Amino acid sequence: MERMPKWADVFLVPFINLVLAFLVSGLVVLAIGENPLDAIYYMVKGAVGTTSGLGYTLYYATNYIFTGLAVAVAFQARLFNIGGEGQAAIAGIGVALVMLAFDWPAWWLALPFAIAGAAAFGAAWAFIPAWLQAKRGSHIVITTIMFNFIGAALMGYLLNGVLKNPNTQNAETVAFPKAAALPTAYDILAPLGIPFSKSAPLNISFILALICAWLVWLLIWRTRLGYQIRAFGQSESAARYAGISAVRVTIIAMLISGGLAGLLAINVVMGEQERLIKEFVEGAGFVGIAVALMGRSHPFGIVLAALLFGMLTQGGFELLWEMPGISKEMVLVIQALIILFTGALDNMVRVPVERMFLWLGKGRA
Amino acid sequence: MGSETEQGRQETAAPAIELRGISKAFGPVQANKDISISVAKGTIHGIIGENGAGKSTLMSILYGFYRADSGEIYINGKKTEIHDSQDAIAAGIGMVFQHFKLVENFTVLENVILGAEDGPMLRPSLAKARRTLRELATEYELNVDPDAVIEDLSVGHQQRVEILKALYRQADILILDEPTGVLTPAEADHLFRILRNLKAQGKTILLITHKLREIMEITDTVSVMRQGEMKGTVRTSETSPEDLAERMVGRKVLLRVDKKPATPGETVLEVENLRVVDNAGVERLRGISLQVRAGEILGIAGVAGNGQSELLEVLGGFREASGTVRLKGQELALSGRHADGQSRRARGIAHVPEDRQSEGLIMEFAAWENIVFGYHHDPQYQKNRLLMDNAGIRKIAAGKMERFDVRPRDVNLRAKSFSGGNQQKLVLAREMERNPDLLLVGQPTRGVDIGAIEFIHQNIIKLRDQGKAILLVSVELDEIMSLSDRIAVMFDGRIMGERRPEETDERELGLLMAGVTNTGEAA
Repeated sequence: MERMPKWADVFLVPFINLVLAFLVSGLVVLAIGENPLDAIYYMVKGAVGTTSGLGYTLYYATNYIFTGLAVAVAFQARLFNIGGEGQAAIAGIGVALVMLAFDWPAWWLALPFAIAGAAAFGAAWAFIPAWLQAKRGSHIVITTIMFNFIGAALMGYLLNGVLKNPNTQNAETVAFPKAAALPTAYDILAPLGIPFSKSAPLNISFILALICAWLVWLLIWRTRLGYQIRAFGQSESAARYAGISAVRVTIIAMLISGGLAGLLAINVVMGEQERLIKEFVEGAGFVGIAVALMGRSHPFGIVLAALLFGMLTQGGFELLWEMPGISKEMVLVIQALIILFTGALDNMVRVPVERMFLWLGKGRA
Repeated sequence: MGSETEQGRQETAAPAIELRGISKAFGPVQANKDISISVAKGTIHGIIGENGAGKSTLMSILYGFYRADSGEIYINGKKTEIHDSQDAIAAGIGMVFQHFKLVENFTVLENVILGAEDGPMLRPSLAKARRTLRELATEYELNVDPDAVIEDLSVGHQQRVEILKALYRQADILILDEPTGVLTPAEADHLFRILRNLKAQGKTILLITHKLREIMEITDTVSVMRQGEMKGTVRTSETSPEDLAERMVGRKVLLRVDKKPATPGETVLEVENLRVVDNAGVERLRGISLQVRAGEILGIAGVAGNGQSELLEVLGGFREASGTVRLKGQELALSGRHADGQSRRARGIAHVPEDRQSEGLIMEFAAWENIVFGYHHDPQYQKNRLLMDNAGIRKIAAGKMERFDVRPRDVNLRAKSFSGGNQQKLVLAREMERNPDLLLVGQPTRGVDIGAIEFIHQNIIKLRDQGKAILLVSVELDEIMSLSDRIAVMFDGRIMGERRPEETDERELGLLMAGVTNTGEAA
């Protein structure tokens, strides 16, 4: 039974989820004696009110698009890759090695190699859990989450060892060649006469993220490989009947997933920090899970969800700044409520909405 | 309904079950439309109808799983509200489901008392159940070892436990949903003896089935359902299978398959000493050898679970085996890289798998996506090196759906939204039009309505007459008998014997299916 129109599935249900999440968040803000309308005002203003805020929002959104796509590709094959955090971290090493290998004369020369380095290292970190799942049946949820810790430990080891910049106390590499810095939104928009904040970290990686979203869509719904990934994800027994190799699909889907997660390092390491710093992923790998859930594993939905989570992140920082009564934990609660309502409690809204459409349909018939 | 007159001999007693004007809708689907039915006490009443006719919904309403939108239920003349299965049990109704609801690692006794314990301590309940079971066993030929663990019992014995569970709960009315689907002919005969004993003791039995033969054999009265409506209730003695089939489908149906004698050609498939050991270390195939020639249908009969599925899986390329399999003289890989579905298809083997919902189709995929499933590497379905030709596939799918009469003819509809028969036609349209040398067919008409069965059988015969080799596996003996040119019977991973359909009967095949080889003496 096709129960409800597509627009309701894609827009109406997430919208109602969001409204509910904001209502409950408002109650929580009320409960600690602050004005929820003020809170929303500062969050929205902080996220999109200035070009600086917008620049940060889109910068975070870029990260979430990469990690959201990573989760979604694996999820199409019914593989729950929650190792985006670790894959992105290791990808940072790949970017750093590429950037420090030469004195790059121009960013556009360095970018393809940096992308290759990031994707290859991210994919390599995903390959081991994928291989263990495909060949040994070790559950990928367990192995990917363990690999996050191993990845963090490896980063710590390398950044306090061979990769460390000897001139600082911090666990970080030396700065990348200046000439290879990615153009920021300011650099791109200023020649066109559009004023944009000079300090915002938004850079050309955002375009790369949108291209990746389109490529993922093409891969999943237009290519033979995508067809096989979806078939395997829907029914392992049917895939076996058709001669689709479980080992092959599992490993390829995870390699693509790890590679996408790795591209986050382009945005952060190459685009913003211009050196490799130990904890640069900052939880974006996990946010990607929520983004993919909310975006229903569809690239278009993921871009929208990533924008929302970018706003939440940036708006949350502004909120902390503007309303001292609201703590960092409070912002986490609000973000968690949104994840709860859009992800875990999705059916709570979906089922009544479906009923409503059935009832409307019956009335017409 | 005419039921008033049919109950002439018991007109004084109130009917055991009377349903008046039961209606039930699921969303836009009207599963039951104003159903009225009356079942006299101490009779066996059959309910027959195609899949989706509303039989199961009606019984679920009677057993309290669903609530009717309107209508009334009378049990022994008394209006009864049945909100859940507890109410149904209290009203004396017991149900034996098609898929047993037993705890596999509990004993028979523990299963019987489950939910009917007398107190917090198990011991007294178990003792009481043991006594009751002994009485029931002698009274109704319902012998089961009370201390056996369910998973060690045969399917026929498990079914007896289900019946015992109902009787232990003092059921006077027993509903059986497709009870013979998993039984050997001998087990089915035994079940029917039990049912006759129960009837003799005054129990009322409702038998839901799609098998006309069973209705004719055991019921007193029969009700026919079609598309959620009751199409009449008749005395079994006053009707015929042809008449019932026509009422079920709404038009005349050919019950026998019309076919010319086979003209077999060269040997296409040769299987020698095929062995399969499953993951648990159990030998599933113990040295199978067989041959299928061009232009003939070899039917494999047997009760489910005797190695037929494994045989199809090995030939279809998704289970490893040892032994030799040759297709047109060329050996097939039985393990390693080339033992997969892709390689088999490339060699000219098409496969209609036993389970279309978990193997043959992807239920969440649209019809057009399913129509290339397994053949998605085929050059004709590609736009270029990278992309699939989705628009072209849609066009091809529309053509196949037209030729195989898949309804509704909507290439974008998901497979799960089609009826069982139309899902099967989707699989057949995909596999048959590949013009294969060998067609493997597993349970072609399981869960398929009578109208579609006719169509599917005709198409299998048509393919045979085009000179293709066909290996047919089915647990429906009727189907094996009417389609096959030769019949091989499988039991416990071995072939017990081969017969020609015109030289054997269901009795002899039934004995072979039960593992009895010296059929001459047994008969």
